[in-house]
Amino acid sequence: MIPNQQQERVFYDSRLKRFLLLSDGSVYEGRALGADVPGIGEVVFNTGMTGYQEILTDPSYAGQMVMLTYPMIGNYGINDDDFESDKIQPSGLIVREACEDPSNWRSTRTIDALLKERGVAGIQGLDTRMITKHIRSAGVTMGVICDDPAAGKTRLAESAGYDEQDYVLSVTTSSAYKWGPEGKESVAEPDPAGRPRLVVLDCGLKFNILRRFWRAGCRPIVLPATATAEEVMSWKPDGIFLSPGPGDPKRLEGVVSTVRSLLGRRPMFGICLGNQMLCHAVGGETFKLKYGHRGSNHAVKDLETGKVTITSQNHGYAIEPNSLNGTRGKVTQINVNDGTVEGMSVPDADAWSIQYHPEAAPGPWDSRPYFASFVEKIRNGN
Amino acid sequence: MKVLVIGSGPIVIGQAAEFDYAGTQACKSLREEGHSVVLLNSNPATIMTDPGVADALYIEPMTLDFCTRIIERERPDALLPTLGGQTGLNLATQLEDAGVLEKYNVKVLGTPLSAIKQAEDRESFRSLMREIKEPVPESWIVGTDAELEAILDVVPYPCIIRPAYTLGGTGGGIANTREELMETGRKGLKLSMRSQIMVERSLLGWKEVEYEVMRDSNGTVITVCNMENFDPMGVHTGDSIVVAPSQTLSDLEYHMLRTASLKIISALGIEGGCNVQLAVNPHSFDYYIIEVNPRVSRSSALASKATGYPIARVAAKIAVGKTLDEIDNQVTGTTKAAFEPALDYCVVKLPRFPFDKFATGDRTLFTQMKATGEVMAIDRTFEAAMMKAIRGLEVKQKDLRHEKYQAQDDETLEASVKQPTDDRMWAIIEAIRRGWSLDRVNKICKVDKWFLRKLQKLVEVEQRLVKASESGEDLATLISEAFLIGFSSPSIRSLLDGDGEFASRAAAEIERQKVQPVFKMVDTCAGEFESNTPYYYGTFEVEDDALSKI
Repeated sequence: MIPNQQQERVFYDSRLKRFLLLSDGSVYEGRALGADVPGIGEVVFNTGMTGYQEILTDPSYAGQMVMLTYPMIGNYGINDDDFESDKIQPSGLIVREACEDPSNWRSTRTIDALLKERGVAGIQGLDTRMITKHIRSAGVTMGVICDDPAAGKTRLAESAGYDEQDYVLSVTTSSAYKWGPEGKESVAEPDPAGRPRLVVLDCGLKFNILRRFWRAGCRPIVLPATATAEEVMSWKPDGIFLSPGPGDPKRLEGVVSTVRSLLGRRPMFGICLGNQMLCHAVGGETFKLKYGHRGSNHAVKDLETGKVTITSQNHGYAIEPNSLNGTRGKVTQINVNDGTVEGMSVPDADAWSIQYHPEAAPGPWDSRPYFASFVEKIRNGN
Repeated sequence: MKVLVIGSGPIVIGQAAEFDYAGTQACKSLREEGHSVVLLNSNPATIMTDPGVADALYIEPMTLDFCTRIIERERPDALLPTLGGQTGLNLATQLEDAGVLEKYNVKVLGTPLSAIKQAEDRESFRSLMREIKEPVPESWIVGTDAELEAILDVVPYPCIIRPAYTLGGTGGGIANTREELMETGRKGLKLSMRSQIMVERSLLGWKEVEYEVMRDSNGTVITVCNMENFDPMGVHTGDSIVVAPSQTLSDLEYHMLRTASLKIISALGIEGGCNVQLAVNPHSFDYYIIEVNPRVSRSSALASKATGYPIARVAAKIAVGKTLDEIDNQVTGTTKAAFEPALDYCVVKLPRFPFDKFATGDRTLFTQMKATGEVMAIDRTFEAAMMKAIRGLEVKQKDLRHEKYQAQDDETLEASVKQPTDDRMWAIIEAIRRGWSLDRVNKICKVDKWFLRKLQKLVEVEQRLVKASESGEDLATLISEAFLIGFSSPSIRSLLDGDGEFASRAAAEIERQKVQPVFKMVDTCAGEFESNTPYYYGTFEVEDDALSKI
């Protein structure tokens, strides 16, 4: 958990200019927010009206700068409990207005104070709807937050594109750990009786995934994304979980080959990047969406049951549905709006995955039952 | 299919013409699906009785007798009663009880009448809530002094005492301690004609939050909108200042309450829209379910206009068997009704009271609605939306100034801040103007400090305008700030009080700046998808959606 640092209220100079530059040459002028450092990353937008604290600490945003479409951000402040990892993950935050005087019983500081404390760039005072529409029509693009547009432009020209970088290695855990009722535990801790063992391949985990698995009754054992199939099996897992994470799944050949050799040996469940890795493991393909799905309001249809659920989403890549033809995998769920793949399964290997986030945080809780149903499955020795 | 739609009849105090709005949408929606609509409404002064809305129109008394004769003559296949408020529901219940529906083989569309009864009957609703483990405020019925003594250590304090069958609630009150409960309770028992009192957990001062939710026959559930009341518990939500979406709830709290609301609509088996009202403890995760309206309501009309999501239109389609993922989102034209609107603006609703016409009326607000209308304003910030809403009210006050409260001494003002009335907000603003701390104001009126701080920001700009001629502050910057936060040119002009030279300089600067607003679209999706509906609000931003090419 991020420790509660008592902060003096931080005032920003409302006339302090800051700029957002996009790689297509667009320049937007705003005011400073957060630390006085430049930020660089792929500019994406999220339409959720709440959940900025969870978004800021979600490792899947590594390498990106997040723009929130809701105009008044930070109203309920930052609290000590709703962190999804130990770090601020995106390299910049873009908002219309950041609240200086939050009001909520759990709030300990402002969003500006958090960004300053963590050395993360931000910008406010922009017409975020205009920039959202620009990204919607032109697609996501690299951008930079800076005080000096000329220097920012140079920096942007010199930097590698989002799709050319590996982010999983920078967000995965450096060493194995277990998850218990109070959070992280040493691997030396004994496993409580009656809880099936779940090995988690960490490509960019959110704490709430581990919290939900623990509540559902299993014992999560988290390994770095670089763990080999033998290392995974050496923990004698009852089930294997493939986590969400940042970046282009095509670049993850190492993890995908681990997944491929684990397929069929234990029941497997994946979320988000885990869904895409499962697809690649059976020989399927993924592609980059024009501007991704990021928000708390996406409807997903289960093709088997016909049931429609509102889900929390955060992904820039999707499974190419036709690429699964002739493989062991099949599409199980689709997005109601654009028909993209939201879930797949490999029936003969007892593996299945979903593209959205049943752990919520942020977003709706409607898909929470997936955790219990997977734990039930591995409890019964599948 | 031939569908009989029951309208709402006369519009009365306590309604905001929402049933006409909803009914008209529903008639159009049914005809879009190829059904023919027979409409019964006794009130010709409505939009739904305009020519062309229904296929057959009966402007007749809304009684069992007349409705039976219409059914005999028209032989409709189905009846849609959930769009006409209580009048429609009552008539449908009478038709069912009298066996008319069975005799002529008329099917009731949408939410089953049994589900509506379950939601509206206090006891069966409470027992359903206990079944699905959703909290309702605890209450105890007490008939004797001994029974009263027995609950002294059980009830949570403070609690409310309501004697049964007394005039205007005489003998009721709030008890903060065992002793006060004993005293007030005994008095109440004596005053009650049946010697009976109800003791209930007091939720005064808790946040009041509403969720508008929908469900289809497939069991898919969605939230259209949530709303947070400026006025805490104790004021009827129709009389409250309401803001959408909620502002002071974290993601965890938002979804905890959303999940509860969806659980309730699922348990009731509603097919259509439903409004859930909750009381939320401002200092913990505790909440209580206060009320459920299992039909189109005033709040759903507001939620529709606030989000662009046509609740009544979708509810009518659900009633004839369509599911949310099959219904188009008419606003974008490219997405489906199975989603939850994302707002990229703030909505403020102010109630409109009739006290300019009823000059001697009791202006205090409680749990019975007194407003006769409402205005809704949209902008990118709360401050601007609030200022816009005040101007839209068509009352004497065009900004934050109110002579009555400016003239009150501190003691009287404190009482005005405490007692909810139609214009209490201006009393709160005056207290802030006098430099009372936000903690102090919050302690008196319990309005969340988030709202108070926003009002304070407006007051700060107002005071800078008032003092500009003395302070010598740069007029250009100040006037631009005033425009951007939400003041109108007439307000800025009248606040910039000064002598001839200053006044003409100020007037020239206002004229020079007169910042032109741009128009942003209400598109249900915060710009994520292209939309084609011409529903706009004015705001001071950079890009104009009405003119832009994307």
